[in-house]
Amino acid sequence: MLLTLIVLLPLAGFLANGLLGNRLGKPFVTVVGCGLPIVAFGLAVKSFLDLLAGGGAPIVETAFTWARIDGYAFDIAFWFDRLSAVMVLIVTGVGSLIHVYSTGYMKEDKSYARFFAYLNLFLFFMLLLVLGRSLLVLFVGWEGVGLASYLLIGFWFEEADNARAGKKAFVTNRIGDAGFLLGMFLLYWATGTLEMDRINAAFTGPVAPAVSASLVGILLFIGATGKSAQIPLHVWLPDAMAGPTPVSALIHAATMVTAGVYLVARMSGVYAQAEAASQVVAMVGVATAFFAATIAVVQTDIKKVLAYSTISQLGLMFVALGVGAYSVAIFHVYTHAFFKACLFLGAGSVIHALSGEQDVRRMGGLARKIPVTFVTFVVATAAIAGIPPLAGFFSKDEILWFAFASSRGGAPWLWAVASATALLTSFYMFRLVWLTFLGKSRMEPEVEHHVHESPWSMTGVLAVLAALSAVGGFLSLPHFLEPMLPLPRVPEHLHHFETPLLVGSILIAFAGLAGAAYFFGNGAARATRVRERFGGLHRLLAGKYFIDELYERMLGRPLTWISEHVFLRTGDRMLFDGTLHGLAGLARRTAGVFSRVQTGNLHLYAFLVVAGMAISLAWSFRHG
Amino acid sequence: MGDAMLLNLVLFLPVAGIALLVLVPARSEGAIRWVTFWVMVVQFAATVVLYVHYDAAVAGLQFETRIPWIPAWGVYYLIGLDGYNVLLVLLTAFLGPLVVAGSFSAITKDVKLFYAMVFLIQFAMLGTFVAQDLFVFYLFWETMLIPMFLIIGIWGGERRIYATIKFFLYTAFGSILMLAAVIYLVYSLQTTTGVTSFAFADLYRTELPLSVQLVLLSAFGLSFAIKVPIVPFHTWLPDAHVEAPTAGSVILAGVLLKMGTYGFMKLGFPLFPDATRYLAPLVMALAVVSIIYGACLALVQNDIKKIIAYSSISHLGYVMLGLISLDLIGIQGAIIQMVSHGLTAAGLFLLVGIIYERCHTRELAAYGGLAKILPVYAVFFMILTLASIGLPTTSGFTGEFLVLLGAFKAAWPLYVQGDTLPLVLAAGAVLGVVLGALYMLRFAQSFLFGKAKVPHEPVTDLNLREQLILAAIVAAVFALGLYPDEPLSKTELAARDFQQRVTSVAIPGGAR
Repeated sequence: MLLTLIVLLPLAGFLANGLLGNRLGKPFVTVVGCGLPIVAFGLAVKSFLDLLAGGGAPIVETAFTWARIDGYAFDIAFWFDRLSAVMVLIVTGVGSLIHVYSTGYMKEDKSYARFFAYLNLFLFFMLLLVLGRSLLVLFVGWEGVGLASYLLIGFWFEEADNARAGKKAFVTNRIGDAGFLLGMFLLYWATGTLEMDRINAAFTGPVAPAVSASLVGILLFIGATGKSAQIPLHVWLPDAMAGPTPVSALIHAATMVTAGVYLVARMSGVYAQAEAASQVVAMVGVATAFFAATIAVVQTDIKKVLAYSTISQLGLMFVALGVGAYSVAIFHVYTHAFFKACLFLGAGSVIHALSGEQDVRRMGGLARKIPVTFVTFVVATAAIAGIPPLAGFFSKDEILWFAFASSRGGAPWLWAVASATALLTSFYMFRLVWLTFLGKSRMEPEVEHHVHESPWSMTGVLAVLAALSAVGGFLSLPHFLEPMLPLPRVPEHLHHFETPLLVGSILIAFAGLAGAAYFFGNGAARATRVRERFGGLHRLLAGKYFIDELYERMLGRPLTWISEHVFLRTGDRMLFDGTLHGLAGLARRTAGVFSRVQTGNLHLYAFLVVAGMAISLAWSFRHG
Repeated sequence: MGDAMLLNLVLFLPVAGIALLVLVPARSEGAIRWVTFWVMVVQFAATVVLYVHYDAAVAGLQFETRIPWIPAWGVYYLIGLDGYNVLLVLLTAFLGPLVVAGSFSAITKDVKLFYAMVFLIQFAMLGTFVAQDLFVFYLFWETMLIPMFLIIGIWGGERRIYATIKFFLYTAFGSILMLAAVIYLVYSLQTTTGVTSFAFADLYRTELPLSVQLVLLSAFGLSFAIKVPIVPFHTWLPDAHVEAPTAGSVILAGVLLKMGTYGFMKLGFPLFPDATRYLAPLVMALAVVSIIYGACLALVQNDIKKIIAYSSISHLGYVMLGLISLDLIGIQGAIIQMVSHGLTAAGLFLLVGIIYERCHTRELAAYGGLAKILPVYAVFFMILTLASIGLPTTSGFTGEFLVLLGAFKAAWPLYVQGDTLPLVLAAGAVLGVVLGALYMLRFAQSFLFGKAKVPHEPVTDLNLREQLILAAIVAAVFALGLYPDEPLSKTELAARDFQQRVTSVAIPGGAR
């Protein structure tokens, strides 16, 4: 019952706020919208304690049978083990915090009720996703969070661009979903079930299913590239920043975009047998991580920097998955949820303070004016940069270590690229701190005049998240997950590299900080010079490698052109209708007769109809 | 077993309705509307009783009526419910009162005749579904044409004459072919077994050589393919939809198109199993072409009715794909997809009709930001859009998911054996899911979002009547999405029956 209740509470919140919210007013919306997720978090904690009391044995609940065909029951069942426990706690915990934050951030919005309804709807689907026992339930949640994301990106839909960004997100995700569906179908064919525990067992069992684990793995990973914004389907996430900032924090940083990571970790039984697919995962992950980090370096929109940072961090998680360190990836999901949520909400607080300004070129010197936001932002920045002993340091260091040393695909080059990413991460994040909070103010006087620290509902949440970003790393999640997600073996001869690499990763974090201080510490004069010197490179990065333009040329326009010219004009109008019109020429006399009958006399029509029927019936009786 | 009379009552209620309308003076339009509405409600209520009493565990006909009609030809008045038609009958009866209520304000000309025609088409559609004798089936099938023809021709838009003639030519052409095939089929049954009968159950036993099967399937199939419609026999549909009044579009998309897919399922494929298996790759290819082609065309339309019209072609492609997969999951999915499309397309056409009634244009570019001006309208529109693109928890997902799973499950073993085409086609159909999202969200985006604009101000949001109609459809959409087990249990035996008929080898060497 408990698991079902956890899922249903946010749904109840969605229905209540969606149907009644506007009528019952803001206090009602606030209480329901925040209260139910908090209760869900409480129940998640309770379930977690039950899980621990049971020694980690999964808790299973079957809600009902969705469909039963050919003897197979498509059950709606929930599965609560160590992995889903971590995810449910993140989703409801960070989710509740962001709901509370939103009461401050969205206070003045006229669609307050709609906002909370959508946010609750998101939680409902996200919980289905992480609690589902079968790929079917997971997929329902998977598409459902996509819907919530679509609705929330386009929340301010009067701006056509926002709605367009929502559509882009949905359609891009759908491309991934097509791969997901094919993978799911293949697994159903091969194992006769969609329950993930059974599928994993089938692949790790003595008789392997008659299908290539790598093929399945790659198909499912296509789904993951959509949801988790990996190359080549990453293009929707930066645009998704059109949504309100709490949405960016919750959906497009802390939870939904990690669904792809969760999927691969959840299907680790398959990926453990899929060497080629794992290599693809690691390579796509590392490429995305590095590529997104380079873009983040030159972005000037505070949210876009964070968006590319998210893509990059997700890439690092896929590196961990690709080398078989599933629990390490989840560890990074967990720490990332804290510091990235904190960063986004901090950015939200900045935007809130600056009456909607998002361009860092018109910020600067905010540290003293909004001190709580500043301090929490710096803590989270240090965490993502990997400065010890903050949370990000632990998880990122483990990723780098296994990228180097895992016996399942670890390699020095993988480590090198991942480390370069870490360096860039530290650099662009401290760059952001400098441009936003330090140096001289570049604000419009009007904006500067109104700068104010956010209300406690927002700063309080920032403080909690900053604290979690600081200490969250001390909880060794990989150890907790080890019974179900063992770490990959590390070859004996590599063990003596562990300490040097650890020192290396600390140096990298500080190098990034120093670099940012060097280039941006002095009114960004040095950075400007570098930008001028490498104008071409800067344009390439600022233009995001022009991938959007490429897709538009290669896919968007050809599709429209073919539809319009080949299918509509040549096919429908010329070929099919043309043939018909030719034939109709023969039957023109018939048409002439018809038009003469079209006298407008309705009684005649009715008479003809009835007469025709009567005659045919009479005829049939007569000849009977 | 329930009372067979009830099924007859359901079938003939519309005829009684016409008789009732005759008594009402043409000027009391209000009375005409309400009489029609309540008769339809009674019909739906009676159908619900039938549905509830329909025993999922019993194969074959239930609520059967068998009365000799033309003994010399072995024609019986033979009707009954089975897993093939039970959901479609329920869908037809469900949409009946909604079509009527949806026309209350839209139809102001010749009200009496209009509702008489709605009754007539309701009668003909139900008759086509419940008929278990080919003669009776054919009569009802042809009868459907007349009221539809008149509904478009009298109450339609500016180019209604072109549209009706096109509609008429296409369908009449199909009908003539089918008639010839029917005669030949019954004649063959008589010559091979000595039995003269039009009963489906007898005709299923006809043994025909593959070559004859191919000819007959082509004749039946062409007639059905035009109705579905399958590309390239589809160009009548957009014109018919655009010119038809809302009620006409709703009936057309909601029920009439399913006549084609139902025809394939009940007659075309099981009557000629060897030919069906022989032509399966072609049928599958046409199904997938319809999915993609319809979606691509929906993507470039600027007439809001045409978008929905072309999307129907795409959605019914999934039905054909599910049926021809000959996989139980795929077949079940096809049945659900028929109902789902009936609901979502009906709902979307109602919504399009509602805005057209207020603003008098169907041009997409004329609208924008309706979510701001018409929030309730926008919510219904969004829900039905999402159902149409198969979002989980809606009926569209149930249908598409099962169809694609079935198609893939059937195609993969063939691929393993070296036949790649079915797998490529199944994968292509999965890509249709992406295109579906693309064209429907393009529609929703420029229709609902962006700067608010309407061609005709002021516009009012949905009134209570409209809200109730759409709420009923939305409720059904979610019921079918959240708990399809109930309806699926009632169709499983029929799906299995269909599968066995088509996959069993009727004549040695007839199979591929």
